Amino acid sequence: MIVAERKPIDEIIGFVKNCKKILLVGCNECVTVCYAGGKKEVGVLASALKMAFMKEGKELEVEEVTLERQCDHEYLEEIRNIIDQYEAVISLACGVGVQFLAEKYLTTPVFPGLNTSFMGVTEESGVWSERCQGCGQCILGQTAGICPISRCAKRLLNGPCGGSTDGKCEINKELDCAWQLIIDRLKELGRLEDYEKLIPIKDWSTERAGGPRKIVREDLKS
Amino acid sequence: MNTKTPSRLEKILAAGHLAVTSECGPPRGSNGDAITKKAEMIKDYVDAINITDNQTSVTRLCSLASVIHLKLMGLEPVLQMVTRDRNRIALQSDILGAASFGINNILCLSGDHQSFGDNPQGQNVFDIDSIQLIQTVRLMRDEGKFLGGDDIDQPPKMFVGAAANPFADPFEIRVPRLAKKIAAGVEFIQTQCIYNLEKFELWMKQVRDRGLHEKVYILAGVTPFKSAGMAKYMKNRVPGMDVPDEVVKRMSDVPKEKQPEEGINICVESIQRLKEVEGVRGFHVMAIEWEEKVPEIVERSGLYPRPKIE
Repeated sequence: MIVAERKPIDEIIGFVKNCKKILLVGCNECVTVCYAGGKKEVGVLASALKMAFMKEGKELEVEEVTLERQCDHEYLEEIRNIIDQYEAVISLACGVGVQFLAEKYLTTPVFPGLNTSFMGVTEESGVWSERCQGCGQCILGQTAGICPISRCAKRLLNGPCGGSTDGKCEINKELDCAWQLIIDRLKELGRLEDYEKLIPIKDWSTERAGGPRKIVREDLKS
Repeated sequence: MNTKTPSRLEKILAAGHLAVTSECGPPRGSNGDAITKKAEMIKDYVDAINITDNQTSVTRLCSLASVIHLKLMGLEPVLQMVTRDRNRIALQSDILGAASFGINNILCLSGDHQSFGDNPQGQNVFDIDSIQLIQTVRLMRDEGKFLGGDDIDQPPKMFVGAAANPFADPFEIRVPRLAKKIAAGVEFIQTQCIYNLEKFELWMKQVRDRGLHEKVYILAGVTPFKSAGMAKYMKNRVPGMDVPDEVVKRMSDVPKEKQPEEGINICVESIQRLKEVEGVRGFHVMAIEWEEKVPEIVERSGLYPRPKIE
């Protein structure tokens, strides 16, 4: 899923400090699962904003709505009839949702309520970590199912570097060395000799480097 | 004598001499004299001088300009190049630039993560890794091709080196990792600073068991401690460094004013012991901001005078 964190309240207040009536839009997908932008978090933010305004002797009217998704036209259409009543929208979706909402409703200012962090997993309750950077050319078949692009701080394709210590990364003792994980798993698989296969220079043109990406499936186009 | 490049370092190694290299860190400013002064101190005691490339990710005068300063002094530089800061276009371009000045040695590194340096908020590149940089230089040199496939007009003639850290984890792949660098085309290795001699000897035994010592020239890395504080810092704070407790104790047990001398003693004793290790083909003396001590270390280790090879 896409993992996000809520922005500091002061930053969000800064977006809407001159408003009297705003709409908070949550998203029922990834950001709900990571407790950043679902229905509950929309409610919490609405209360926090109202209280902050009250402290300043101002009043803020906040409407709350949480859509099934903000990355699909069909769900974003659900606010078409109400959006004009508000001076601004704060979207608690990931950056994808915020943009899609903004693209659709050109005359209403849309602000992000979250910082979108990464594509990752729930390691345990309250802990999320990165697993994929969407490079567009998956190499997990060559790296024992562990991705050095997203999990090695230097994204080394032929690691580990000399900084790997006790299974941890040189930049942070809390961070697993991806290459230690790869080697451990190769061992489990009885394929440690695969470590010596050189991974060739990567074609990054399918990654961000190649410009904004797009997939078109002719068979599915309407 | 079978050599592939005009590198003097390669010739010395191919002739069977124990090579001695050292390194100079460029200044944090535009004063090129800082480089030439350091080089002046050591030039008669070493065969080649590495110039570090923004080591520990701290911004400095660039290694490419620094090696040119050395070359203009008539010295033999080793251009250190990290893949952290430049993509494949810039790397290939800098290799050609260096070759145009007759720089014949390169050390291919990935580089410390930028979080250690003065610009932790900066982006890193890592378009390719150190092993792929080795492959790149060999492709450019041996096949006269750019990575993109086009021909190079006058390919760079570089003797290709890399680092090896026998002490980083996991230990079991430290030799396979060297094998991987050899498969990529590396020709000489400068190791991480060696303080744990037993562990290094074990690594070398495994290297010999696979016959790798006959495929690559291994220069053992040594760094003298200036103080007990430095020994502790290296032990505790520098990633991938293995400083045994007894070495720290030996430094701490002498009075502060005697510690520099003790640091040199340890370094010289290490070199003498490592000379006996089969497969060690030379030494890389990294006297960090203590270049003036290199002559003494080299002389006391019985590595002076240096062979005259043109």
